[in-house]
Amino acid sequence: MFQLSNEGLTKVKKELQRYESKDSAIIPALYVAQKENKGWISPDVIHHLSQVMDIAESKITEVFSFYTMFNKKPVGKYHVQVCCTLSCALNGARELADHLCHELKVRAEEMTEDGRFTISKVECLGSCGTAPMMQVNDRYYENLTPESAMNILRGLK
Amino acid sequence: METKLLSEHYHQDDFQNLAGYKKQGGYQVLAKALKMTSQQIIDEVKASGLRGRGGAGFPTGTKWSFLPKNNEPRYLLCNADEGEPGTFKDRLMMERAPHQLIEGMIISAFAIQSAKSYVYIRGEYNEPIRIVEKALREAYEAGFLGKNILGSGFNHEMDIYAGAGAYICGEETGMISSLEGLKGQPKLKPPFPAVQGYLRKPTIVNNVETLAAVVPIIKDGAAAYKKFGTEKSPGTKLFSLSGNVVRPGNYEVPLGYPLKDLIYKLGGGMKPGKKLKAVIPGGSSAPVLNAIEAERATMDYECLAQMGSMLGSGAVIVLDDSNCMVDMLGNLTHFYHHESCGQCTPCREGTGWLNKIVSSIMEGRGRLQDIDLLVKVADNMKGRTICALSDAAALPVLSFVQKFRDEFEYFVREGRSKVRGISYAQMHH
Repeated sequence: MFQLSNEGLTKVKKELQRYESKDSAIIPALYVAQKENKGWISPDVIHHLSQVMDIAESKITEVFSFYTMFNKKPVGKYHVQVCCTLSCALNGARELADHLCHELKVRAEEMTEDGRFTISKVECLGSCGTAPMMQVNDRYYENLTPESAMNILRGLK
Repeated sequence: METKLLSEHYHQDDFQNLAGYKKQGGYQVLAKALKMTSQQIIDEVKASGLRGRGGAGFPTGTKWSFLPKNNEPRYLLCNADEGEPGTFKDRLMMERAPHQLIEGMIISAFAIQSAKSYVYIRGEYNEPIRIVEKALREAYEAGFLGKNILGSGFNHEMDIYAGAGAYICGEETGMISSLEGLKGQPKLKPPFPAVQGYLRKPTIVNNVETLAAVVPIIKDGAAAYKKFGTEKSPGTKLFSLSGNVVRPGNYEVPLGYPLKDLIYKLGGGMKPGKKLKAVIPGGSSAPVLNAIEAERATMDYECLAQMGSMLGSGAVIVLDDSNCMVDMLGNLTHFYHHESCGQCTPCREGTGWLNKIVSSIMEGRGRLQDIDLLVKVADNMKGRTICALSDAAALPVLSFVQKFRDEFEYFVREGRSKVRGISYAQMHH
């Protein structure tokens, strides 16, 4: 069963005090929990948050399911999100995403067998002037080519 | 040539810090503003003709004056949920000049007599969030935020809220729902946020660039600001140029600037051997212009509206002649289908059907009547929903089909792209 670390619990408690409405802490709490649960929100995460925050599971689930940044299934150690919306598509982003999938022998939205990578094709990340780009976990990599993107992934520990 | 009213110092690394910002006169405008009355600031912003830079282009001073004239607590929300495809200017502003935004926000908050504001930043923007957080700490330490700011008796608290991935949260009432800890679904207007917004309290939602623009307006006055731009579109604007141009990037120019100069002079024009085919002038929701229209368009609210498009967020997406318009429309219908919040039937179902129909054409299963069906579905999505996402999804469809119909008909007849000569399966293995 998932449980927040002491540090995570302190963060969530702080968020509960931070806003005018307690419910506003749901998104920040989901972020804290996702980081501590290998990058995704499992049902037991929601159960635990519900108890810690004293907010109904249904309410947390509603928020969790609405937003794309909360992962609904396990993702690789490196979650590689390639923006494929128009400006990026005009600059070869879709081919870049396909290249990464081909090299890593994995389909988009699935995890590599070694658990290191998940390649996702996502919508606009606000990096249209430096397309194509990818977000690896929290970090943006811009002005990529299929080769440079693959080299970046190979260089990750 | 750019006209850098806002972005003059963006290339200086230390402009990101309080010390560097103050070196360029930072927070002196706040000191000036706090000696004015709230009404004087509102009047100045009204007189400047500043219009919302996020997409809708609503006059900022007018929006502020919708607040009830009483002592009810009110909130200021900065919309930094930049998500309109093609737009990356707010990100630049937050990364390069977070204090410019904060100063603009404190002045605006004083104008509307708000004691609390939030910067709602899209969750993917980790770097801007980190930078604005740091700038907020600096501003608090320096006494620009908190109690009795610069001895004026004005109190203001400012905080950041990170979104979690939803285009719809850029819609002001969707953003309010999200900040309240709900799904980011828009709310029916009226009541407008100025009357009943965040937690049902009067709330003003302004875009990053709008709030930053308040600084030069109060610094030099409305008359100086109005020297830039056109009569109905005063001031400068940051345009995010992307797509098939040699030098994509953010460029600040006066409103009314010729689109062709933006593309060819500032953006370096098309890549070798490529010709201009189409331009989406105001973010993906703005109806597309063909090359001939693009040649004569000027970047202001009235010219683009007259041409049946819109200035929107100022995101200029340039397409060259190597692109298949059916494929590109498919890219957009996929986006809107993904981003519909699902609340209103015409949008939830309509965006799905638009995407299905374009996909079926691309996959070689299209019929000629499907092209008219696209138009019919899109027509039925306009003006029938709580927010503008449904219209935003319909407009590209209508303009793409109207202006590039031959490409859609060719795809149906031949099962392959007129431009690229290959089928969808060959395009995307």
